[in-house]
Amino acid sequence: MAGTQGEVIAAHGLGFQYAGSTSKALEDVNIVIRQGEFLLLTGPSGCGKTTLCRCLNGLIPNFHPGEMSGDLFIDRVSVAAETTSELSRKVGYVFQNPENQLFALTVEKDVAFGPENLGLTREEIRDRVDWAMDAAGTVALRDLAPYELSGGQQQRVALAGVLAMKPSVIVLDEPTSFLDPRTAEEVMAAVDTLRRENRITVIVVEHRLDLVGRYAERIVVMDHGRIVADGKVEDVLDSEFDRLSGLGIGLPKVSVLWSLLKRDGLVSERLPTHVESAAKMLSERLRN
Amino acid sequence: MGENGAGKTTLAKQLNGLLKPTLGRVTVDGDDTTKKSVAQLSRKVGIVFQNPDHLLFSETVREEVGFALKNFGFEPGVVVKQVERTLEALDLAHYSDTSPFLLSGGERKRVALAAVLAWEPDYLILDEPTIGQDYQQKERLRNFILQLNSQGKAVVMVTHDVEFVAECNPKVVLMSKGQIVAQGQADEVLSDDGLIEKASLVKPQMAKLFSQLSGFGFPRDVVDVHRAKMLLGEKLSEVRVRVAQSS
Repeated sequence: MAGTQGEVIAAHGLGFQYAGSTSKALEDVNIVIRQGEFLLLTGPSGCGKTTLCRCLNGLIPNFHPGEMSGDLFIDRVSVAAETTSELSRKVGYVFQNPENQLFALTVEKDVAFGPENLGLTREEIRDRVDWAMDAAGTVALRDLAPYELSGGQQQRVALAGVLAMKPSVIVLDEPTSFLDPRTAEEVMAAVDTLRRENRITVIVVEHRLDLVGRYAERIVVMDHGRIVADGKVEDVLDSEFDRLSGLGIGLPKVSVLWSLLKRDGLVSERLPTHVESAAKMLSERLRN
Repeated sequence: MGENGAGKTTLAKQLNGLLKPTLGRVTVDGDDTTKKSVAQLSRKVGIVFQNPDHLLFSETVREEVGFALKNFGFEPGVVVKQVERTLEALDLAHYSDTSPFLLSGGERKRVALAAVLAWEPDYLILDEPTIGQDYQQKERLRNFILQLNSQGKAVVMVTHDVEFVAECNPKVVLMSKGQIVAQGQADEVLSDDGLIEKASLVKPQMAKLFSQLSGFGFPRDVVDVHRAKMLLGEKLSEVRVRVAQSS
């Protein structure tokens, strides 16, 4: 069963149980993700977010042994029929801890490692490295060693290394955790621009909804290995607010404030997800 | 708090003598850090690093958390008790016999914290403790820090997490380019546009909201949801009464 045009990821009844574990890490996951989408994947610790992402680039089941069930298609090809090296050209993965993916002696060599292994021409490699380093804001770090860099700089270098592979999907697992808030916003904005210009599909795993909420069009919430909510960010926050807070998800503070005011009958509008919309609605009420 | 590369971690490492000053003096309880070993200083000052993998090495969580206690020469009975207590407090007891390396990033972070808390240092330095923690765990961590603080322990936290800081409202020291550029209570610092700009931070959402509502006579230094709710609640109720009276 191959997906229709535009579907870059399709999972049907996907399940996974790590070898040695007594419970399923993923259970009956059904999701279709289209080319160019910006998707926020969230849920409490241990809900299966990272496991799902590992399935997307073949780390599961090739490097994490266990039992996989159901179907998963990337670019309309079943992952069962592809090797991790083929999948990693399609799906780039920026890990939670950037140290886990940096190893070369200079930043430039690290970013070039992926393209070099694709057997591209010298010129093509150079172009890709320059482009990726620029896009991730790492040009000034070119000749430094990854281990000399701060956590935030490493995170950007890891992103550049993934971009240089020109994947159609980028998975970012808490990509801004080591970044200062300003840099975090810059990186998220850069990722969003890359997505728009190159129709890359972006999947961000993040606990901090306030940071990603403004770029993500779609939110997928997981709990106990299953998808428990999936939809537009505004819709899901508004209709599932109590459930999401029950799951311990860090909701944007403006949404929390709004739900408290709503509970006291002081406001009636839908929950805002940005400061700007909350400020606008409150100003209108206060002006009366 | 401060931008990437501002010198926060470098300063933190001065506090237990991992780094010694090349200029100036650092004292811990009056003792110059250049005259004491890291082993002596770390009995008083516990540092939990940003990356838990820099600290963890034992085969089980229990051994990991007991390691420093044994090294400090505590009696075996005391070691067992302290380890149990700490694991309980951090919700890690069910992992006692598990390898720290089989745990998730967030869980390893808590094991690293437990390994330091176990010997009850007087001063606790936490480098980015909220990374990889979901909201519930952050709440636990916040309560835990406040509890330690109320027991008279000093807690120094290096963090970028403005919302977490807004909810704790501690004293904030802002660093930029190797220098301390401001200090003050979190609600003052985090609502100050100039300082926020200088230290590459962003305002907490409540501070952003209240600066956009500045025409309505609210105080400027609102950073946490509960104070925001109180202030807005009052104003909105007034408006409602007025509207009801005029109709």
